[in-house]
Amino acid sequence: MGRIHVRTRINGEATEFLCDPRQTLLDALRDELQLTGTKEGCTTGDCGACSVTLDGLLVCSCLVLAAETEGHDVGTIEGMAQGETLHPLQQKFLEHAALQCGVCTPGFLVAAKALLDREPDPSEKQVRYALAGNLCRCTGYDKIIRAVLDAAAELRGDTR
Amino acid sequence: MSDERKYRWVGTRPIRHDGVDKVTGRANFGADFSLPGMLHGKVLRSPHAHARIVSIDVAPALALEGVKVAITGADMPDIASEMGTAGEGQVDYAEVSRNVMAREKALYDGHPVAAVAATTSEIAEEALSRIVVEYEVLPHVLTVDEAMAPGAPILHDHLRTAGLDPVPDEPTNVAQRIEIGRGDLAAGFAEADEIVEHEFTTQMVHQGYIEPHAVVARSGEDDQSVVWCCTQGPFTVRAMCAKLLGLDVSKIKVIPSEIGGGFGGKTTVYVEPLAVLLSRKAGRPVKIVMSRQEVFRGSGPASGTRIRVKLGAKADGRLTAAEAWLAYEAGAFKGSPVVAGAMCMFAPYAVENVKIEGYDVVVNKPKVNAYRAPGAPPAAFAAESALDELARKLGMDPVELRLVNAVKEGSQAIYGPKFRAIGMVETLQAAREHPHLKAKLGPNQGRGIATGFWFNAGMQSSASVSLNEDGTATVVSGCPDIGGSRTSLALMAAEELGIDVQKVRPVVADTETIGYNDATGGSRVTFATGMAVIESARDVVRQLRERAASIWGVELEQVEWNDGQALPINGADEGELEPLSIGTLARRAARTGGPISASTSLTARGAGPSFATHICDVEVDPETGVVQVVRYTAIQDAGKAVHPGYVEGQYQGGAAQGIGWALNEEYVYDEKGVLQNPGFLDYRMPVASDLPMIDTVIVEVPNPTHPYGVRGVGETPIIPPLAAVANAVRDATGVRFGDLPMSPPTVLARLDAR
Ligand code: FES
Ligand code: FES
Repeated sequence: MGRIHVRTRINGEATEFLCDPRQTLLDALRDELQLTGTKEGCTTGDCGACSVTLDGLLVCSCLVLAAETEGHDVGTIEGMAQGETLHPLQQKFLEHAALQCGVCTPGFLVAAKALLDREPDPSEKQVRYALAGNLCRCTGYDKIIRAVLDAAAELRGDTR
Repeated sequence: MSDERKYRWVGTRPIRHDGVDKVTGRANFGADFSLPGMLHGKVLRSPHAHARIVSIDVAPALALEGVKVAITGADMPDIASEMGTAGEGQVDYAEVSRNVMAREKALYDGHPVAAVAATTSEIAEEALSRIVVEYEVLPHVLTVDEAMAPGAPILHDHLRTAGLDPVPDEPTNVAQRIEIGRGDLAAGFAEADEIVEHEFTTQMVHQGYIEPHAVVARSGEDDQSVVWCCTQGPFTVRAMCAKLLGLDVSKIKVIPSEIGGGFGGKTTVYVEPLAVLLSRKAGRPVKIVMSRQEVFRGSGPASGTRIRVKLGAKADGRLTAAEAWLAYEAGAFKGSPVVAGAMCMFAPYAVENVKIEGYDVVVNKPKVNAYRAPGAPPAAFAAESALDELARKLGMDPVELRLVNAVKEGSQAIYGPKFRAIGMVETLQAAREHPHLKAKLGPNQGRGIATGFWFNAGMQSSASVSLNEDGTATVVSGCPDIGGSRTSLALMAAEELGIDVQKVRPVVADTETIGYNDATGGSRVTFATGMAVIESARDVVRQLRERAASIWGVELEQVEWNDGQALPINGADEGELEPLSIGTLARRAARTGGPISASTSLTARGAGPSFATHICDVEVDPETGVVQVVRYTAIQDAGKAVHPGYVEGQYQGGAAQGIGWALNEEYVYDEKGVLQNPGFLDYRMPVASDLPMIDTVIVEVPNPTHPYGVRGVGETPIIPPLAAVANAVRDATGVRFGDLPMSPPTVLARLDAR
């Protein structure tokens, strides 16, 4: 089977690549574009390590075909920091020690950003449910949830 | 000496040195590495629990365009039985070899029988489907009950039960019988006012690290192989690849990637030797990444168990006798952690009359591997559940009952030695004072407490500290950083050198850059590798003082190192000498004797045990049987918390894993012995919405054998939760659950039968 030519935007940048018709977006990001910040934990949509946004919506890149992204906007962890400046979520993850091994971290950050983009003032429960599709085996989630709530407060400009 | 000391860096919470790479996606994990011209390897696995391999034909696979090599058991050297270390335990290399690639028989669903390397992973996958394997399916055994039954199908015809005298000359699935104890059990029970007796079962569970095993191997014409992989033990991978392939250790270099979780599961080899062999045969680099399904079917989970416990106590709570019988699934090859389970289960208590009998049993499931305090969680589940029943019978508070019996400094541990300073009593006292224990419970809620003990390991470590020419420093160790240990090592170096922790660069090196290191495991890195770092840093400080002494023309004793600078003392301070900073001394090093660095290799002894007490509140839904943990507190002795944030993280992560073990996680097999839930959808680990915040209390009873009093903390936190949850469910429902997991259908059935 021939390879498909895909034109897309990745982290705001016009990007073209060739992919196999059966290739997932996850594999295309990692293997064709060397964007290995997006991780693979299962390929079945159960761990969230591969979380990216597609036109701003959170998706598991292991469940999206690379060819489907033709003409769409893909957001990955590599696009989260602005140059030298970390996104407040990234900064708060560091400050709260919200990562141990760190392999789940890109997925959590992308998913948490998608949450805060639509709900700037989530409750703890909302954060827990919004991130229930992301598995972390190291932290017990406590510090992740605190980091997200703290980043949300900072983004809102809250000082409480 | 360690308790009075004031620390500048140890005990602070700096941002970890590898943090920015990990929040930006730049950090390279196992599967993130690739080489030009690389082939993709795939492993064919047995679909049968137990089968004789009559023949394997790889020719049809090799005929496929793009397939470069194929290997089977016939390509693996037959090696003699020889014990080596893996993580905290011992393994027989001959059995590791047969685990990574089956020979005459496939012993579990998922056992590798062949492997291929091809130009793409799709072609490799297609090639697997063309390999023709003829199996003669044999009857199988899945549980210790089945495996120990008379007339049970036998996995290994040569296996005899060790530990029996005389060793019976009959094939068996019981690899070993052990017994530990002391005192007079019958007299102990005769003395008791109350006796409880209970039976427990736990199911096989998986470590569940999010990153699957991944490896790239490259071999050259010079016979050398380089292995990039995610592992807790690069030196273990080196030793095993060498042994399994009949090579000198010096022919293999292992470069550890960042590691996406391990919990003991990445202390041995699975696909690594296969990738090396394929790359040697193909003359090209070979990458193998396990799928999640392969991780469940083909890596090493933790034992399912059956345990019986009997306890006797006086009316005042003092234990008079403790008896236990344990049988642990080893998986397809001998070597379950039943011995550790037996040694740990009553270790928190000073009881005089004890007998514990343990059995290591092979079954047709994957060979178990270490999982965080290997062996201890099921045993503690049984012991701590029985203690809870005993407290109820005695009408005693469960914390009080444990305090009455708690071991302290000078108590003789059931497994042998006398305890030095330990924190068992302190964690129980912290629990008693914690507001959690006094909080009111709501309807359908209950509270449980449980304790845990783990030995902790010391083992072998090497580390070096080099002073850079601008006064910053580099710390090199060979222990992969699985949860922030790199920063703990940097904190210790900063403490000794007296410089900012962010001026210390901690590096995890490959097997050719630093001396031998045992694996990251046994909660040993911050303790043991930390000792090597402290010794090296102290050596660097001595050299700095020497340089200052020679610049000043005074004796070494007249130079003190304080807060990153050399100060004149003992008479030298009467002159005009200005302090010399580490930066000045570093810049002048070339003219005062050359570069300043030191390395230390040691076998660390005296890893202080770590005790924990956990408090758990649950709410049980009587309609659905769902058990929700609504509040949780983990209290544990850290000796000295070097980076408290990552110590808390260990407590919280271990608690979450233990809660998963208690409530949902289990390997489910069908009647053919095929694993039914090899994925995260059906192997149900806790997600964020399943858990509350996990409160922590760090108790610090210094470990007398470590310069700062450090104890390992990583493993103990997974031990108490199983019983803490079960005791809470008992409190909420009146039902004692002896069988894990307490999944909704199980709970509902028992509640309905109430
Ligand atoms: S890899 Fe996509 S959800 Fe796990
Ligand atoms: S930090 Fe390891 S899986 Fe989340």
